[in-house]
Amino acid sequence: MSEATAAPAADRPPLSPPSAGNGLLAVFQQRYLLRLLVEREISARYQGSFLGLIWSYINPLSQFFIYWFVMGFLLQLHQEIPNFAIHIFAALIVVHFFNETFAAGTRSIVRNKALVAKMSMPREMFPVATMLVSLYHVGPQLIILLVACLFAGWSPDPVGLACLVLGVLIIAAIGLSGALLFSAANVFFRDFGNIVNVMTNFVRFGVPMIYPYAIVEERFGDFAPYYLLNPLADAVLLVQRAFWIGTISDEKQAEVAADGQVLMPDHLVTNGVLALLGCLVILGISQWVFTRLENKIPERL
Amino acid sequence: MAEAIVLQNVVKEFTLRYHRTFREITVAKAKGQKTSEKFNAIDDVSFTVEEGESIGLMGLNGSGKSTLLKVINGVMRPDSGTALTRGRIAGLIATGAGFHPQLSGTENLVLNAAILGMSERELKRKYDDIVEFADLGRTLDAPVGHYSSGQKARLGFAVAVHVDSDIFLADEVLAVGDKPFKVKCMRKMREIRDSGRTLVFVSHSPGAVAKMCTRGIVLEKGRLGFDGDVADAIHYLQYDRTDDEDELETDDEIGNDI
Repeated sequence: MSEATAAPAADRPPLSPPSAGNGLLAVFQQRYLLRLLVEREISARYQGSFLGLIWSYINPLSQFFIYWFVMGFLLQLHQEIPNFAIHIFAALIVVHFFNETFAAGTRSIVRNKALVAKMSMPREMFPVATMLVSLYHVGPQLIILLVACLFAGWSPDPVGLACLVLGVLIIAAIGLSGALLFSAANVFFRDFGNIVNVMTNFVRFGVPMIYPYAIVEERFGDFAPYYLLNPLADAVLLVQRAFWIGTISDEKQAEVAADGQVLMPDHLVTNGVLALLGCLVILGISQWVFTRLENKIPERL
Repeated sequence: MAEAIVLQNVVKEFTLRYHRTFREITVAKAKGQKTSEKFNAIDDVSFTVEEGESIGLMGLNGSGKSTLLKVINGVMRPDSGTALTRGRIAGLIATGAGFHPQLSGTENLVLNAAILGMSERELKRKYDDIVEFADLGRTLDAPVGHYSSGQKARLGFAVAVHVDSDIFLADEVLAVGDKPFKVKCMRKMREIRDSGRTLVFVSHSPGAVAKMCTRGIVLEKGRLGFDGDVADAIHYLQYDRTDDEDELETDDEIGNDI
């Protein structure tokens, strides 16, 4: 009966491990599924909330006003820094992108445990989808920033645009590696979700957001290059290079330079490219660890 | 004939953890108690399934049937030994597919189909058939978290049978469905079997297994207890010695309806 209808062995796909093809590459081969997950995540994140997507703007905007009010108005800090509001907001977008990717990515596998425990699919799918959702939220924030920049007399330049792309790629890579690593670890001990919360607190202060890079160079002196080993700081500087620097007139820049202040570190683009390469290496390591931990994920959920 | 599923000395080890928090573990360690214990949910299981064969996988609760299916469909990787399969795999594990409780039935349907490897075009073509087969009516718009286990099984089964799979796994689908649905499932599984696809059928109902399968595999505490003719497998498990007359009737009814 059945033998008659089955195709001969030669036409059949080869015998292979059923779980094969997992990994980040497999994620991007299944783009339709990835798109579904991203769309679903976007609609699910604010499900049952009245304001919906607007919350992803209220959050960074409120933070922006807090920092701007406390730093700029109450403490009257950084008066010598031109367009300090744009400086903060450009950095905030980067920080927010990273924190969202990292925090939501860490929870992603546990949150989707119903699927992970029963369906065979690359489990990297969930952290990747979270990263893309966070990236999706970056878009409108960039538009707000762009409008603000235009009011401040922004003159865009191609190097700036390249810096923006570089900065976003760095965050995407480092955010995804954090999400991969911690999403798997979070399955074993939910403590990792809390560790991530603590770590994201540090992020805000480890990058030149509420203080300018000039201060870093001034106080750290010879140690400033070590500060730049932090890829998040590099990404923030790159995005500030793209927007904030463009809003400062040449005369003003010359004036600040005459004061002995440095707006941006030297070799910013080269540093950025190196940081991106470094982040990609870290991403590779995270993938390796993830694959090791993955075997035990279904039974621990 | 080519092999569809090849398992060689598959071992899947589970760790039972008695304590989870730092405090509990320290206290248990201080008292000299065990904090965790390892056991093999699947212990050195080897068998080969030819293409087009239909296998009845049986065993008592906790004997490792669902774990073995998870190894076959790729959710779990064996800790040692190898598991190889040929072609696409679809099916249900432990009475239901993986569903996201907060999403509606429709959203889960689409997601599930994509995970099982359906393309967007394929799904568009089959969408109406799937909805018709599941026969859930307006419930399809409600979150799956509100579904009964029977409704979940309907939706999962409807998606899985419409995937062009080479291997079909059916884990206790008949345990939760109502009678008309059971009949529909049995008919559909026969179709799958007769189309030359490989079928792995898990059930506690000896009648259904006997009708559906030619070969029976019995798991006992993770080990392969019996592999051979389906009637002998049922006899091995002593499932044929029914004390419960009702169950016998149900089985017969399924047979009569088909």
